[in-house]
Amino acid sequence: MASVTFEHVSKRYGEVTAVEDLDLEIVDGELMVLLGPSGCGKTTALRMIAGLEEISDGKLRIGDEVVNDVDPARRDISMVFQSYALYPHMTVARNIESPLLVRRYHVDGPGSPARKLTRAERRERVAEAARVLDLEPYLARKPAALSGGQRQRVALARAFVGRPKVFLMDEPLSNLDAKLRAQTRIELVDLHRRVATTIVYVTHDQVEAMTMASRIAVMADGRLQQVGTPQEVYDRPDNLFVAQFIGTPPMNCLSGTFSADAGGGVLVGTSRFPVPPGLQTPLVEGQALVVGVRPEHLPLATDGTIEAVVRAVEWLGHECLITVQVSGQTATVRQAGMSTSPVGSTITLAVDPAAVTLFDPASTRRLS
Amino acid sequence: MTEILSSAPGELALDPLAPANRRVRFRLLPKQKVSWRETGIAVLFLAPSLAVFITFFYLPFAKVVSWGTYRSVRGGTSYTYVGGQQYRDVLTGHEFRDGLLHSIQFVLLTVPLGLVLGVLLAVAAHRRLKGIKIFQTIFSSTLASSVAVSAVVFSVLLNPKVGVFKVDWENRQSVGHLLSLHPRPGAMVMAALPTIWQNLGLAFVIVLAGLQAVPDEVLEAATLDGYGPVRRLLRVTLPLISPVLLFLFVVLTVQAFQAFAQIEIVTAGGPSGSTETTVFKIFRLTQSNYGAASVMAVGLFGVTLLVTAVQFAVLNRRVHYGN
Repeated sequence: MASVTFEHVSKRYGEVTAVEDLDLEIVDGELMVLLGPSGCGKTTALRMIAGLEEISDGKLRIGDEVVNDVDPARRDISMVFQSYALYPHMTVARNIESPLLVRRYHVDGPGSPARKLTRAERRERVAEAARVLDLEPYLARKPAALSGGQRQRVALARAFVGRPKVFLMDEPLSNLDAKLRAQTRIELVDLHRRVATTIVYVTHDQVEAMTMASRIAVMADGRLQQVGTPQEVYDRPDNLFVAQFIGTPPMNCLSGTFSADAGGGVLVGTSRFPVPPGLQTPLVEGQALVVGVRPEHLPLATDGTIEAVVRAVEWLGHECLITVQVSGQTATVRQAGMSTSPVGSTITLAVDPAAVTLFDPASTRRLS
Repeated sequence: MTEILSSAPGELALDPLAPANRRVRFRLLPKQKVSWRETGIAVLFLAPSLAVFITFFYLPFAKVVSWGTYRSVRGGTSYTYVGGQQYRDVLTGHEFRDGLLHSIQFVLLTVPLGLVLGVLLAVAAHRRLKGIKIFQTIFSSTLASSVAVSAVVFSVLLNPKVGVFKVDWENRQSVGHLLSLHPRPGAMVMAALPTIWQNLGLAFVIVLAGLQAVPDEVLEAATLDGYGPVRRLLRVTLPLISPVLLFLFVVLTVQAFQAFAQIEIVTAGGPSGSTETTVFKIFRLTQSNYGAASVMAVGLFGVTLLVTAVQFAVLNRRVHYGN
């Protein structure tokens, strides 16, 4: 087990910068999810930990050791690839055993020299990994004779069998169907709880991030946007990107101006949004702002201060999503049950000041 | 490949149990009722290629087989029917045996070397580097040069009297001596060199194509598993391109059995017939006795078929055909 630390790490391919000045500490034992849209640099960051990509600038530490120039095989990490990358010509047993064949392990207590495992030790570990991941009936099969979910478990077994310091996972669930994905999410969290080892998990799926992560690192355009627990990232997004990336549907972000009248508020056209309590940043009359409100924090209310025209209603069974226009800007309202507002009608919405987040439109950052 | 994990049959966990695999393979071919309609459609689809094969391969071959039962009279002016007798005479005769021996030498000299060197070149050239296409083109260029050109080039390079290297193969303890069982190995090595050179290009192109189909992620997984470059090549890359290797092995072998022009140009079968392969003998016999030449052609076909069948039978089990 070990922490992983990026210290001002950059990765450039010629003119293109994939990761820019990444500063991130992944704490020992946590499940850190690197989340972002495709091309944001999350996979590159993961591959730098693995040693499959060279680091252009900065330092990468695993534990206390700087590993910039350490061979991938000597970093004591393992990786689950998106395609699983199983050896198609080997049986499941041999696939799982593979990392044990060549690598050296400190198995004779702390301080003892690392050595290769004996055949009996290897067999024992393969059997254990197969038992934990429910693969015992399939040990003699080749990967081609397994289902997607089984292959995924073989890849996990191969990653866990060497008991590495850090597990790296690159979108391991993306090739599974929705039902299996949901089930495997739970199993992975359970597995993480049992082995208590650092996991760095890359995904573009915010549901995976929200449900599995100890902490989430949101990335975009090669830069780290925000690091925090799922709740922090959801409730207090640091900037407009995070606000609009996390959440299905994402946070409503409406442009408006500050008005000091009647105790202060943000005017979006004729609608008035309250200013969140405890706001430290001083606001001036007429200052341009972006108001962020989650769809579930915009309840219909007859005495509401926000006037909206219903444009579309999507009913999802347990709730409905109402797309509305507030002074020409589009917003989404989440409402339990079925909507009673017909398309084209005007409704009024209320909002709790505590649920409002204000952003500076120039810097896109949240006003604290 | 290396059987590092091989264990006794009783040890269930790590045994690569073949039957499980086999069972799956059979399941892929479910029992089906024969439908005459479908069979008819199948025949219809096959008809064009069948027509070509029958006209240009099967019928001529049947003709050659039947010619083998006629013996030439007075140097080929007329032929009399002798039945299977001529087959017995020619196939057990020393001419056929010598030709076959030379052919086998030629195969042993050209196929393994061309294959190994082609694989090594392809592995060396399969990387993302600036200008790698230039090298890939150079390495594959031998494929584009004609047999005659390469044969002439090597004759000029290695001619014992006027060649660039003036290699006196006859009076030298050379690698050729070790490779060959024949008392005059030099000539055969000479005759084989242009073919080795040409096989290089063919093997290179085909192996390179095979390598490009090996997923990067699998090789990366092997790197993380601690495999060094050699182990990665032997335990992951080569097994994954094994169908390509088997194909090359078979094709190069068949081609080597049929080699003629390069030998004709370099040694013309000499000295004293020491590089006369079976095809040579067949060609010479067609001048005087078409019947005997046909028998030898059928004999060569039989040997080639047998060798290929053995190659498939022995190696196909070790070949991994993917998903």
